[in-house]
Amino acid sequence: MTTAELSRSTLLRPRLLGRTTVNVVVAISVLYTMLPALWLVLAAGKSRDALFSSNILSFKDFSFVQNVKDLFAMDGGLYSRWYGNSLLYAVLGAALGAMISVACGYAFDKYHFRHKEKLFGLVLAAVMVPQTVLALPLYLIASATGVVNTFWSVFIPVLFNPFGVYLGRIFAQGYVPNEVLEAARVDGAGELTTYVRVSLRMLGPGLITVFLFQLTAIWNNFFLPMVMLSNQKLYPVSLGLFQWNSQATVSPEYYPVVIMGSLLAVLPLVLAFIFLQRFWRSGLTAGAVK
Amino acid sequence: MTATTQVPATAAAPARETDSSRHKAQRAARRRRGGAAGVLMAPFFVLLTLVFLIPVCTAVWLSFFSDDQPGLGFGPERTVFVGLRSYAAVLTDPSFLSGLSTVALYCLIYIPVMTVGSLALALLLDSGLVRLRSWAQLGLFLPHAVPGIIAALIWLYLYTPGISPIIDVLGKADITVNFLGLHTAIPSIVNIAVWSNLGYNMVVFYAALQAVPREVLEASVVDGAGPVRTALQVKAPLVRSSIVMVAMFTLIWALQLFTEPMLLRAGSQVVDARFSPSMYIYDAAFSRNNYSLAAAASVILLIITIAVSYGVTRWTNRVNSAEESTR
Repeated sequence: MTTAELSRSTLLRPRLLGRTTVNVVVAISVLYTMLPALWLVLAAGKSRDALFSSNILSFKDFSFVQNVKDLFAMDGGLYSRWYGNSLLYAVLGAALGAMISVACGYAFDKYHFRHKEKLFGLVLAAVMVPQTVLALPLYLIASATGVVNTFWSVFIPVLFNPFGVYLGRIFAQGYVPNEVLEAARVDGAGELTTYVRVSLRMLGPGLITVFLFQLTAIWNNFFLPMVMLSNQKLYPVSLGLFQWNSQATVSPEYYPVVIMGSLLAVLPLVLAFIFLQRFWRSGLTAGAVK
Repeated sequence: MTATTQVPATAAAPARETDSSRHKAQRAARRRRGGAAGVLMAPFFVLLTLVFLIPVCTAVWLSFFSDDQPGLGFGPERTVFVGLRSYAAVLTDPSFLSGLSTVALYCLIYIPVMTVGSLALALLLDSGLVRLRSWAQLGLFLPHAVPGIIAALIWLYLYTPGISPIIDVLGKADITVNFLGLHTAIPSIVNIAVWSNLGYNMVVFYAALQAVPREVLEASVVDGAGPVRTALQVKAPLVRSSIVMVAMFTLIWALQLFTEPMLLRAGSQVVDARFSPSMYIYDAAFSRNNYSLAAAASVILLIITIAVSYGVTRWTNRVNSAEESTR
């Protein structure tokens, strides 16, 4: 005890110095992550000429509203179409995908069957397989079955989320005590009824975590839609912005539109992460501690 | 099964009867549970078969066949078995090999920077010295919510002379940098990836650090270890499994490098259509329509990914067991 007190008093001065250093380092890191995002916000308010000529901090050519109008008018209002598609792919896909993965992870935790761990190993292997490896065969299969260049060619593959199964198993272990299931069985409740009425409710936070991760992944998805879709009207925002950006090198009127479009495309995920902090933090804990 | 083992309950003793009925009930329960497990798992395994197993098998199958046009390309196209010819073609293609070395260099810079950087930030945040800790965390995490393609877009603009305030400021100090030049393109891509994922991995480490028992830390303070020593010699080794996990996932993602260079192509001469193996696959499949070449490259990338992650797992297991045996 005395040694601790002693070291505390002798360390007081360097500790004060240390505190400053630590805070400065963290502050610089936060600036590094926040400034590009801030640039996006500021640049979104600039007209095309101002973007190339004036100081980023000057508000002389403020045309935020005009840029929003231009964005939604560009190419016959394609952007709102893309936005709607992205919402459809991401929200619907993540909701359905999370249900499917968590149900499977739950079954892995609560039931015993032959070759269980081998099957789980297969699920873990699927986590590691690069998406680019699957893209060509998926495209060929989609062409053979005639779903290529349709909503389904993007929607079905994004439902597949092996990491969600892994998380689902961990959550089932942590949140649903086996005694609860035993009690339900003694009461004569069916297994699936128990799952829907009892376990699913306990799995709620875990389900939201998996949903959020999958929402991010689908919203960010770019490779698969690029391979599958040729009809612009089916594009998600990510692919649409990529295409507009490629055109911007030739016709610079796309620049302000792409920047404004990017800003609006970032908003839903930022809001989701801020409001659902509690859940994804617990999800990361589950993944990290294991 | 159950029908053959059914005991005719005519003159059986009451005890035996309850016994057998309990058996029957148990077996029925087990069957019901098996059925429930099947119902809960079926949707996922249907997906796994459709979008994972069949495609992987298709890729392997495709890589062994090729479309040949006999008669100087005027004859009808037919698919023939070519064995390992496509693999040989990929592995001797200089553009594929340069893509591989590009990704290797990228990993060599990216993985240490990412792992050390995010761990250092997590340790700083865990030290209890940081003001506004949860705000700092949120600020660091924010880029993770920015889609990869948009992150690449933002940085592309920040790398573009005329638009970028960074180049502006550096220009005023008489420093000219070409962020997308021959030697700067890969570090510039690393920067985009670090920006996107630093906060995410920091939160993973921070969560693991929170789980370190407080007694261990108190003990190290009593032993006279300063905050730096506690962080490096006590806390960091205790979150080793998280470090391995982060490094591994970072590696798997890094091997797939695609989005960022694909977008930077618009502003750089250095980044070509076959800059990384994933771009090579895309180019072979969808620009050159050479499916067997693309499939062979896919299988090679898959084998590299599996080999590397297997190697990392084996290595860490050995290190872990060696550590445990010395204790």
